[in-house]
Amino acid sequence: MKNAIKIGMAEYCALTHPGTLITLGLGSCVGIALYDKEKKIIGLAHAMLPSSTSIKNNSNKAKFVDTAITELLNDMIKLGASKENIVAKLAGGAQMFMFNEASDIIRIGERNVIAAREKLHELNIKIISEDTGGNYGRTIEFYSDDGRLVVKTLGYGVKEI
Amino acid sequence: MEIKDFKQLDDFYLDVLKEVGNIGAGNAATALAKLMGKKIVMDVPDIKIIEFKEVNEMFDNAERPVVGVLVKVAGDLPSYVMLIMEYETAKLILNVLLGISPDSEKAADSKNNTDELTDLELSAIMEVGNILTGSYLSALSELTGLNAQPSVPAIAIDMVGAILSVPAIELGKICDTVLYIESRFSEGSTNIKTDFILIPTPESYQILMKTLGVGN
Repeated sequence: MKNAIKIGMAEYCALTHPGTLITLGLGSCVGIALYDKEKKIIGLAHAMLPSSTSIKNNSNKAKFVDTAITELLNDMIKLGASKENIVAKLAGGAQMFMFNEASDIIRIGERNVIAAREKLHELNIKIISEDTGGNYGRTIEFYSDDGRLVVKTLGYGVKEI
Repeated sequence: MEIKDFKQLDDFYLDVLKEVGNIGAGNAATALAKLMGKKIVMDVPDIKIIEFKEVNEMFDNAERPVVGVLVKVAGDLPSYVMLIMEYETAKLILNVLLGISPDSEKAADSKNNTDELTDLELSAIMEVGNILTGSYLSALSELTGLNAQPSVPAIAIDMVGAILSVPAIELGKICDTVLYIESRFSEGSTNIKTDFILIPTPESYQILMKTLGVGN
């Protein structure tokens, strides 16, 4: 694959066409894929935690859904994207483990997805598709030519959103 | 010294952690050997300090299917324990524990391994996690006098990267790197291989070092 970049936990990256952004084994983290359909500029953030404001040690902006989206959007605009043309797709936010007790560790995936929806809504960026939740991991591939997001799983098939 | 990044630890502290891991894993290996009625070989623990961006791929292929058992540890040593084993190893262990013969044809056919284990098999694997964690922690308690309380184990069968992200997220609330004290148990004749990983929080790392008299 030409110009394919892997995005690990707490990383984000924006690219101009042609390029592919990939995250392997996305679990409870959320993958936020932004696409400027006019300029074919793509951006992908792999965020771990919902909110930078609820945690003291918050200097690493890529860790949090809210700050990662803002930073990613800025990088895309620097590459020439316009905010009005950007749409979003979400993947991940699974609950990998079943616990008997109801604790934060359980709902972290769901909370990450909710935080992403809220932040994108606040920025007026439309979410056009989503493959979130469930109890399984996902590998995602985001392509600049048409903004398709390919989601691969173990046992739950491959889909394009 | 407040730890925000485990990367600031020098070799001396890493050696102490290696020794701590050795003591815990030695006891856990004995427990596993008793449980299986087989001789279990244990490697010298590997201390890994990993940035979040590397977590998903710390075990080579992030998409590789594995059986993961997660235990949350409370008390004086707040930490996480992860047990990572190949699906085949899980089947071999179940074969010994429950007398179920590994149905390799069925496993190979299956697209989704998660559904392949029955409730009984899942609880048996969780019990293995329970026993290993309990023996590991009791060795540490004996050494330090610290009290560690493991939670009921949880199990997941999926991509190793996705499974490893769960304790890393918890650490992400506190720091920017993850410390893994990784021990590998294996049994020669049946090809059983399992990784036992202790993931201390910065807080428990400090308590541990202070109790051992090597903190500052």
